[in-house]
Amino acid sequence: MIDCIYTENLCKEYGSVKAINNLNLSVRKGEIFGFLGPNGAGKTTTIRVLTTLTRPTSGRVSVGGYDVVTEPAKVKKEIGVVQQHLSLDRDLTALENMEFHARIQHLSSSERKKRIAELLEYIELADCANQLIDALSGGMKKKVAIACSLLHAPKLLFLDEPTVGLDAQTRRRLWDFVRRLNKDGTTIFLTTHYIEEAEVLCDRVGIMHHGQLIAVDTPTGLREKVGSTVVEILTDNKETHYQFFANREAANDYVKGLSSEAKTVIIRESNLEDVFIEQTGEKVGDQ
Amino acid sequence: MMGMLGDIYSVFWLDLRVLRRHWMSLIATSLVLPLLYLVAFGYGLGRGMAVDGFPYLSFVIPGIVALTAFSISFNGAASKLQVDKMYYKSFDELLMSPVSSYAIIIGKALIGMVRGAISAVAIYAVGLILAPSMLISPLFFLILLLSCFVFALFGVLIAFIVSSHHGMSNFSTLVILPMTFLCGTFFSLNQLPAVAKGVLYFLPLTHSTELLRSILLDLPFPWLSFAGLLIFGVVFFIGCKVALRRSSV
Ligand SMILES: Nc1ncnc2c1ncn2[C@@H]1O[C@H](COP(=O)(O)OP(=O)(O)OP(=O)(O)O)[C@@H](O)[C@H]1O
Ligand SMILES: [Mg+2]
Repeated sequence: MIDCIYTENLCKEYGSVKAINNLNLSVRKGEIFGFLGPNGAGKTTTIRVLTTLTRPTSGRVSVGGYDVVTEPAKVKKEIGVVQQHLSLDRDLTALENMEFHARIQHLSSSERKKRIAELLEYIELADCANQLIDALSGGMKKKVAIACSLLHAPKLLFLDEPTVGLDAQTRRRLWDFVRRLNKDGTTIFLTTHYIEEAEVLCDRVGIMHHGQLIAVDTPTGLREKVGSTVVEILTDNKETHYQFFANREAANDYVKGLSSEAKTVIIRESNLEDVFIEQTGEKVGDQ
Repeated sequence: MMGMLGDIYSVFWLDLRVLRRHWMSLIATSLVLPLLYLVAFGYGLGRGMAVDGFPYLSFVIPGIVALTAFSISFNGAASKLQVDKMYYKSFDELLMSPVSSYAIIIGKALIGMVRGAISAVAIYAVGLILAPSMLISPLFFLILLLSCFVFALFGVLIAFIVSSHHGMSNFSTLVILPMTFLCGTFFSLNQLPAVAKGVLYFLPLTHSTELLRSILLDLPFPWLSFAGLLIFGVVFFIGCKVALRRSSV
């Protein structure tokens, strides 16, 4: 397998803030890679470096086999990006935004027509295509941004919190769509605060904290590492404590040995959120 | 090369769309200030005066044409680009696309050039009615387009460098406004001491004013100003290139 994204000792400093601190990351061709981490962990900064928008302070970065610093033009041909913040031109309509993207991605005029029609169909916005961006709802704008990033069928797609603000149906449809793109050969790099999203969608998940990658594995692998069974204990002063165990027997034995002062005890399978809390000491999504 | 031209057009295409949507109000508002200058200085203040041997109205109209070209080209390029960069963040999309930085710079300058040229030609047309002694010459249009392009590049450069709304308004007050009144639009540089005149040659509008006035009043072609304008164009272009590279921090 070839590394589609590869970083070696990547650092990005803003003054005294180390947004990325010695990041060593490798994303394989053809996988869906999820990036989790609390606010300010450095996820967006990492995507900005990988997509040539931000210059790294030090370290080596290659994307699609090309060096991001010395061969940005080649990298740009390989990638599609949906930024965390809306980046559409609000003086234009949805259709004009798509046409602009198709043009700067060098699609011929017949390809433009075809792809735009296809994607408008997919995002179910064909009826609103001629409305100005500001006349669309937040979720609709997000869909337009996603459609724009897909026009040129990039080999590598970056999605920075793509499903924020989307309704449940749309989110699930987007997951299906991401899987389909992936099946057709697109490598996907996404960040998310929704643990479920990482769990059901990603082949591998990396957890970033304070600019460093503190764990990378498959969702199952990560769970097994912290313990696949978790015991939640609600104490008298309304605090929840978590204990991790390799299997249910070990958890049961532990619960039997507990003194009676524990009010409520829950034994359950661990999930990625537990991994996250265990690894970062914070709850994802706590804004 | 064809790819480059295609990219320039793609960048320009977006701004052209916006212009098409708002062209009436954009052009109409761009004419207000020059027409006020024309009335206040051309008719009010300068009536009956002569400068450099010309009636003041004939003298001042080419200056106001140059001034219009300058301010509309500068703002036409800078304002939308600044919004794209700071508020819409849509400029990032261009930076992540395969479009080269040369195509971005030229494409973004073209909208300023077009808007500046339209407004300046409109003022020129008004001027022809008021002061029929002015010439109609193809050279005028060539120099006008060149001036507009250079000023638009200036606008692109400043939009690249300045990264806050506050900074932009400071720049307008501290640089653009003084240029409006100092670059020979309303008075002849020959009335100034040599030192002051020398200083004003370091402002791009001075050269454009000199060039357009000489053409319209049938004076000898000021090659020095032509060279000056070209040099400013090259400096702004290189500045844009450097600023764009440094913007990826
Ligand atoms: N342009 C900038 N100038 C200065 N500091 C910055 C800049 N961009 C990011 N940072 C800092 O870098 C750190 C990482 O920010 P980043 O946006 O990458 O976090 P994130 O993981 O994407 O967070 P979130 O989940 O909130 O989107 C933060 O401490 C932030 O303040
Ligand atoms: Mg982020």
